[in-house]
Amino acid sequence: MSKHTIVALVEDRPGVLNRVASKWRQRGFNIESLAVGHSEIPGLSRMTFTVDGATHDIEQVTKHLYKVIEVVKITDLTHEDMVARELALIKVSATPGTRSSIIEIVDIFRAKIVDVSPDSVVEATGTEDKVEAIINLLQPYGIRELVRTGTVAMTRGGGPSAPIEGEPHKRYRPAGEGKPKVGSLL
Amino acid sequence: MKMTGAQIVMECLAREGVEYIFGYPGGANLPLYDRLKDYPQIQHILVRHEQAAAHAADAYARVTGKPGVVWTTSGPGATNLVTGIANAWMDSVPIVCITGAVVSWLIGRDGFQEADITGITIPITKHNALVLDVNELAPAIQEAFYIATTGRPGPVLIDIPRDIQQQEADFVWRDTIDLRGYKPVTEGHPLQIKRAAELIAEAQRPVILAGHGVVISRAREELIEFAEKTNIPVIATLLGLGGFPGTHPLFMGMPGMHGMYWNNMAISEADLLIGVGMRFDDRVTGRLKDFAPKAKIIHVDIDPAEIGKNVKVAVPIVGDVKRVLQALNREVEPKRHDDWLRWLAEMRAGHPSIEVREEERLTPQYVIKRIYDHNGPNAYYVTGVGQHQMWAAQRFWVDRPYGFITSGGLGTMGFEIPAALGVQFAAPKETVWAICGDGGFQMTMQELTTCVEYELPVKFAIINNGYLGMVRQWQQLFYNRNYSGVRLFQPDFVKLAEAFGARGLRVTDRSQVDAAIQDALSHPGPVVIDFEVEEEENVFPMMPPGASLQETIEEPAGEPARPKEKVR
Repeated sequence: MSKHTIVALVEDRPGVLNRVASKWRQRGFNIESLAVGHSEIPGLSRMTFTVDGATHDIEQVTKHLYKVIEVVKITDLTHEDMVARELALIKVSATPGTRSSIIEIVDIFRAKIVDVSPDSVVEATGTEDKVEAIINLLQPYGIRELVRTGTVAMTRGGGPSAPIEGEPHKRYRPAGEGKPKVGSLL
Repeated sequence: MKMTGAQIVMECLAREGVEYIFGYPGGANLPLYDRLKDYPQIQHILVRHEQAAAHAADAYARVTGKPGVVWTTSGPGATNLVTGIANAWMDSVPIVCITGAVVSWLIGRDGFQEADITGITIPITKHNALVLDVNELAPAIQEAFYIATTGRPGPVLIDIPRDIQQQEADFVWRDTIDLRGYKPVTEGHPLQIKRAAELIAEAQRPVILAGHGVVISRAREELIEFAEKTNIPVIATLLGLGGFPGTHPLFMGMPGMHGMYWNNMAISEADLLIGVGMRFDDRVTGRLKDFAPKAKIIHVDIDPAEIGKNVKVAVPIVGDVKRVLQALNREVEPKRHDDWLRWLAEMRAGHPSIEVREEERLTPQYVIKRIYDHNGPNAYYVTGVGQHQMWAAQRFWVDRPYGFITSGGLGTMGFEIPAALGVQFAAPKETVWAICGDGGFQMTMQELTTCVEYELPVKFAIINNGYLGMVRQWQQLFYNRNYSGVRLFQPDFVKLAEAFGARGLRVTDRSQVDAAIQDALSHPGPVVIDFEVEEEENVFPMMPPGASLQETIEEPAGEPARPKEKVR
């Protein structure tokens, strides 16, 4: 089992998510998280997948994702120097006795309290591990509700993670030659 | 110019050069039927079941090289296409399916005859679309044809609600189509071509594995030049038959599960495999870890996802087979492989495993061989799926692309009748034989009516062994002869043919075979010959499931002839 962070640049049309998800499902990958939103290019959206459970080679799946007509570019960021963040909203039970220690935890994680009531709503942003950690620390106080966006990711440094231009023969590497690289995944 | 959605569809089909629509009407595609009369250049063929429309269009597309067109109504009309679409998907055949959908305000409300056909067919189409705006209709249909026929061909489905067919829009025809996310590569990478040529120059025991891609890309001449220049023997996969002339001295027949014994040994001995437009299917490779243990592999395919999927490739070449072979032919030096070809010739002489025995019994192999003897390598042969398909594939070393038409990837029983119908439309003056299983025949035999109605003189040869033969063979060999669910109660095929308005003939003895074939050939209409053959003949050579090519077994000597017991 290995985990991958894959970014797909896709045409913003109905049914695309279904098609892309279908390719993952067919090849036995479990989508652990998925975030979709508009990209910097009008008409194109970016999807960030974190997937798990490889019975197939990830490179095979990405080639199949390219078969979806609306998919413009796939990038595997797993082995790249990337920025990956997710956002969580955590509703925590707070009593006069626990409120200050909750605030302390929130400060340490540079999270925010966005709603104060008998339950406090905490907004936490960070890597998956960091979000995981703050959830663990808040657990003893009683988490009433939890929502997470799933990871969004991009490479550090200049240029987009997923250049639109891509000639399939340049994307292709013979099997077993090195790790996937940004922009030369296939 | 303002047009209704239905007119837009018809106008697009006319501009795409469509000659035939294989279809079936219903409530949701009535506006289309209403406009058919405006386009006399397009003939509608009314099949008797929608699955047959898809298979007929599939076979028509293979033979003509033009996309096959199917249209049906919504709901059951659309879902009946699913097997046919999956068949075209697995065998990379360009068909365009236009389904009527329930009116747009009923979509998602379980309207009468509603089915989410775009959702259902996502995994078995190259692309599909539900058109909810009449202004998007012409682009959707143009894109459907473009996507179906370019790159690796495949089926595309367009679903059009009935109200969209009735709404009006300006008809806009685009001269070029540009899709951001779809740019198939046709030219092989020069560096990889060079590397391939180097491997070919070094190789002592090379073989070419020619697949459907050779046939699809019409690369017969290029492959002949390549094989002759490099003096490399050509092995063709089931769907590759006809891509290289079967009568050529370098042609070796089929490999794999029921392939020629010598080919399976040659692949196992080879030091270089050149896979051209094929996908190293499990029926070709057998157990992967023992496949071609001594060989480096050059893999040419238009689909990057095929490369490295099943086998490790030394030189990948993504591109159109024809273009890549042209480039390779410029790059390679003439060579001789006399020792290797002698080794193969000796292997062939020592293992004549597809020769038909001289004997009294009416064996299926004999019938199939005689059909071929009478019609030669330039007729069209269509088969269903099972034993008869393999016996035919072993012996029909056809010369022309798509001389042999079969359901390869999906293995669709019942493909043969509607496919033969499609072939006869594509090649009206040619002799078309459908080699049928007695099981498959009963899956789509309603299309005999279509053949009679449209005066299609297809010759149907039922290889009737009273069993679902391939399954029976597996039960015999791998399930201790526990015959379960394979005995076939049969209708009287001769009377059945006559009831449909075709000619029916029955053959029960070896001495009647030639006369029946002659009779069928001289009859101007469709003919069904019921060949009541030996019941428990097996297909050999055979690579047992899960085994490697090296473990291919040949026919055991003196397999006992078993008495016939009639079911009927």
